[in-house]
Amino acid sequence: MTAWAALLAASAACYAIKLAGVSLPQRFLQDARIQRTIPLLPVALLAALIATQTFSTGHRLVLDARAAALAVAAIAVVLRAPFLVVVAAGAATAALLRLL
Amino acid sequence: MRISASNPILRDALGIAIATGAYALSFGAISVTAGLSIVQTCVLSLFMFTGASQFAFVGVIGAGGSPWAGAATAALLGSRNALYGVRLASLLEAGGLRRLLAAHFVIDETTAMAIARDTKPESRLAFWSTGLAIFALWNLGTLIGALATHALPDPRVLGFDAAPPAAFLALLAPRLRAREPLAIALAAALVALVCLPFVPAGVPLLIVAVIVVLYGLIRK
Repeated sequence: MTAWAALLAASAACYAIKLAGVSLPQRFLQDARIQRTIPLLPVALLAALIATQTFSTGHRLVLDARAAALAVAAIAVVLRAPFLVVVAAGAATAALLRLL
Repeated sequence: MRISASNPILRDALGIAIATGAYALSFGAISVTAGLSIVQTCVLSLFMFTGASQFAFVGVIGAGGSPWAGAATAALLGSRNALYGVRLASLLEAGGLRRLLAAHFVIDETTAMAIARDTKPESRLAFWSTGLAIFALWNLGTLIGALATHALPDPRVLGFDAAPPAAFLALLAPRLRAREPLAIALAAALVALVCLPFVPAGVPLLIVAVIVVLYGLIRK
C-alpha cells in the first residue's frame, strides 16, 4: 500500500513540476541562482545513488561484485556504448562474479 | 514546412524513441527485480514518465529504502524538467488542454530536440513527434522488460539487482563535461557514503540534495 501511495504521489509531483515549468510566468524560474542550482541536483543525486547502491548493504559499507559491475559499466560509458549495453555490462559482470 | 516520413525531424524523433525504448527494457527489468509489480512498473512509465526519476524511485526501493525516500528523490531529480518547461513554453505557445498534455512530455529528449530547431513550427513538430514516439516506445519497452523479468525464476542470477548503478552512471556521464559538476559528483558520493551508516535508508540522498542546493544558492 505504501509503495502505491508513494508511487502515485511521486508521479503527481513529477507532473506538477513539469506543468509549473510550462505554466509559471517566465520570471519565476529566470532567477540566475535558480537557473544555476537546479542543474546541479541531478549531478549530485545520481552520484549519491551510484555510491550508496554500489558500496552499501543496509547500513554497512561493503565492497563486493557490484563495485566490479560499476567499473565495467564505467568502461562501457567511456567507450560511448549505448545505454542498454552499459546496463547489461554491469549486470553481466555482477552475475559472472557471483558464479565464481 | 514539409511533413512526410522523409522529414529529418520525424526521422530523428523515431531514432531517439527507438533508443529510449531499448533503455525502457532495462527499466522494466530493474523495477520488477526491485520488487515492484508489473502494474506498478507500467504505471510509473505512464504517469511519472521521466527516466532518471523512475530509475531512482525503484532503485531506492530495491536497495531497501522507504518508498517515500524514493518518492522524494524522484521529485528532486525531476526538478530540472521545470527549467526545460520554461525554455519550451515560449516555443510551444500551448494553452488549455494542449498545455496539460505538453507538460507530460517535458523531458530531456524532447527539450533537446525542440530547442535545436531554427523556427517555432519546426520546434513544435520536433517536440510533439519526439514526445509521442518516446511515450509509445518507452511504455512498450517497460512492459516487455517487466514481463520478461517476471517470467524469470530469479532475476538476481542475471545480475539485474546490480544494474541500477550502471543505469545511473549512464544518465550521469553526459552531465560531467566540466570540472565543477565532476567535483560536485565526487563530493556528493562521499557525503552520501559518510552519512549512510547513521541515518535511515534513502536519507543520505536528501542530505546531499540539501547541501547542493545551499551550495548553488550561496555560491557567487
